[in-house]
Amino acid sequence: MVALVGQPVVARRVVVIGVAGLFLAPGLFVAWRAVRLGASLSDLAGELAGPAWRSAQLALLVGTSTAVLGTALAWLVTCTDLPGRRWWRIVLVLPIVLPSFAGTTAVLAGFTRGGLLRALWTVVGAEPPQRIRGLFPAWLLLTAFSYPFVMMPVSARLGALRSSLDESARLLGASQREIFVRITLPQIRAAIVGGTLIVALYMLSEFGAVQLLGFDTLTRVIYATRQVDRATSFMAATFLFVASLVFVVLMRAARGVEITDDRAALRPAAPVALGRSRPFALGLCTSVVLVGLIAPVSSLVGWAWRGIRDGRVTLTDLVAPVLNTAQVAVIAAIVTIVVVLPVAVGVVRDRDPLARFGAVSIVSGFALPAIVIALAIAVLTLNTPMLDRFYQTLPLLILAYVVHFGSQALGSVEQGVRSVSRPILDTTRLLETSWWRRVARVELPLMRSGLVAGGGLVMLAVVKELPATLLLAPIGFRTLSVEVWASFEEGFLADAAVASLVLLVVSASMSWFLVLRERPTARD
Amino acid sequence: MCFSITDKVVVHCRLVRRHLIRSAALLVLSVVATACGGDDPDVTVYSGRTEDLIGPLLEQFSEETGVDVEVRYGQSADLALLADEEAEAGNVKSDLFISQSPGAMGYLEDRGRLVTLPSSVLDLVPATVRDDEDRWVGLTGRQRVLVYNTEIHDPSTLPNSVQELTDPAWSGKVGFAPANGSFQDFITAMRTTEGEDATVAFLEGLAANDPVSYANNNAIVEAVARGEVEVGLVNHYYNFRRLAEDPSSPTANHVFAEGDAGALLIITGAAVLDGADHPEDATALLTWLLGADAQQYFAEETFEYPLADGTAPSSAIPAIEFADVSGIDFSELGGGLARTREMITEAGFAG
Repeated sequence: MVALVGQPVVARRVVVIGVAGLFLAPGLFVAWRAVRLGASLSDLAGELAGPAWRSAQLALLVGTSTAVLGTALAWLVTCTDLPGRRWWRIVLVLPIVLPSFAGTTAVLAGFTRGGLLRALWTVVGAEPPQRIRGLFPAWLLLTAFSYPFVMMPVSARLGALRSSLDESARLLGASQREIFVRITLPQIRAAIVGGTLIVALYMLSEFGAVQLLGFDTLTRVIYATRQVDRATSFMAATFLFVASLVFVVLMRAARGVEITDDRAALRPAAPVALGRSRPFALGLCTSVVLVGLIAPVSSLVGWAWRGIRDGRVTLTDLVAPVLNTAQVAVIAAIVTIVVVLPVAVGVVRDRDPLARFGAVSIVSGFALPAIVIALAIAVLTLNTPMLDRFYQTLPLLILAYVVHFGSQALGSVEQGVRSVSRPILDTTRLLETSWWRRVARVELPLMRSGLVAGGGLVMLAVVKELPATLLLAPIGFRTLSVEVWASFEEGFLADAAVASLVLLVVSASMSWFLVLRERPTARD
Repeated sequence: MCFSITDKVVVHCRLVRRHLIRSAALLVLSVVATACGGDDPDVTVYSGRTEDLIGPLLEQFSEETGVDVEVRYGQSADLALLADEEAEAGNVKSDLFISQSPGAMGYLEDRGRLVTLPSSVLDLVPATVRDDEDRWVGLTGRQRVLVYNTEIHDPSTLPNSVQELTDPAWSGKVGFAPANGSFQDFITAMRTTEGEDATVAFLEGLAANDPVSYANNNAIVEAVARGEVEVGLVNHYYNFRRLAEDPSSPTANHVFAEGDAGALLIITGAAVLDGADHPEDATALLTWLLGADAQQYFAEETFEYPLADGTAPSSAIPAIEFADVSGIDFSELGGGLARTREMITEAGFAG
């Protein structure tokens, strides 16, 4: 299918239709099931209105704060002389790595007697918060756990920008602020909006943190009713699906047209000197890492240490889960890129309305809670002849990951496609007649940074995915997220902490070896 | 970027290519393996009990009997939904279903997915802890208790009945988990023992006292430990687990008076699926799980109440008279769990 990048438009449109069908299938199934169960939206309106409003609040607030924070951090680690920025670039990705239920549990535990966060409060001389629940803690924690969704693509985009426009602006007397607002921002706007869209959709489908913080969103209703009142559950999911489709269409329209400078050579620009704002920049990075990483990890380390000291850690073999996790994550990332690429090419190069429809369907796959997607895929597979033999096999699990996380790759893959400019395409068409050699030797290498960034996000998402893994993996297939969940579920905190820390290390090393190291920025 | 192809980039490209090839090969291999079919296990278990609480037992069973067991772990509710869909599609994948909550078991029974168990299995446990229709049997029990912060309370200040928590003195001090299966089971049981009106009155009284809702039992015990609430309605198991992790935890269980609705024994049970490929081996495993070795394991290792006749609970937990404990029959209650949830949400909780 990679080959279709350079193929005629008709063939690509056939593929795009197939991809759109694949991604829309779970949502359509949910709607069909809601109708069949006799659910009526008007009957449930009273029950769903409050949770729907809270879901919208969370999406809006966390979306806004991650857009600002993610962009600021991306700029700091990519374009400035921030001390230790190579190191920050890795550390600042890590808050996204832990499953949200594990991160939230660990942060809450930090406020228990003897916990680090409680101690910090007492050192400052303040009374530790009495109750940690509701919108504010949910907003704070989810912002700290999800800004990398914005930071990673924006940082990739900033690294690929040509310096010529900046330099011209500077020669014409523009200040640093003017350059950022009038030159840089328009060029990275699509990346910011794309990342923010993913965060907003993630907030709509988030379950782990909101339930632990007692913030009653639509997703919580879907979970709470999935067995006792299936009509309500499916109706709520349908409502979420339709609302997110509308939202995705609006957001993608708001991205606007990308400004690129095709003519200039990719040349490193000098890093912006932070000067007197350096302590402020370092303080920002430190506090983000403190909330998103140190807070949960301190509890995890405490549990693990106590468990190891008392010889209570029962996890003997984490090698198989580590290998399984790494394997499915890498395969899912590659397959996702292959599936998403034709749609991205259709959107960027052909400006094809059909491809735009395909893109919307891909992105909407992230708004349904994972358990809904997993069950939908299970039912669809079980009831489709020929396909049913793949039920609970590795290929089906990978497919479930692709459908759930395709959205995370799409934005970056579109960026990748954009980096092959029209003049380059035209030139290679003149010089090389074989289309697949054009693709392999010119286009893919040019797209690489975008493709790798997109694949990286999918990889991190797969490592912590739980519901689909539990229901659809081959029986006996152990992954790290399953180990983390199983131990937390029944209160084996030492085991849970060890598994979580291993998961953190695995995700960190995979993103280092496969993604971050791959992308030496233009400004290094 | 690749216009100025440096050695470094070439190496990276090669690395990526090698990853691609290796992963693609893996995928192809697994597709082929699927198409050819693998070797079948003797028994497939869907288990809502996590591996920590049953894995070693299943291994021991395989070693003793030579019967190969494979397990899919997950949340009881999700596995019940999955097993139901599999049965609907005529593709039953699991032989034995082990549930952490009676709700998931009741769901499968309502959907007609469970077979009638032989009396040789049923008779291993008292009649009060098995299904009235003979379709599931209890493995272990977890008692509903009031977990409290030992720095704030001692047993003399704690109520004898769960009803007393509706007293204004407890305003804002009680933690509970309205959307959790164990709380819903407790309310369902109250409907049988005290009647619908009394249950509604209890829920309204509780709501008037502004209790704090949590996601699950673990979260409640944690909240009690950090003093966010003074007491919490939970299963007895979770504080034992917490004390095992942190012996200095300022938390303890308080048991309501015998026969009080708040002192319900929640039953974790097992059932054989209708249309299972290996019903005999599944029944053999179920019988074994009710045998002395397995029941002893549940008593000593997981601090649960063994349900089979003849095994005593751990000395760390108070003894219970099983004759007083009633298994909840979800099919007999009008509307079952759905009605329970409705009552909980009508009281103003996010059930």
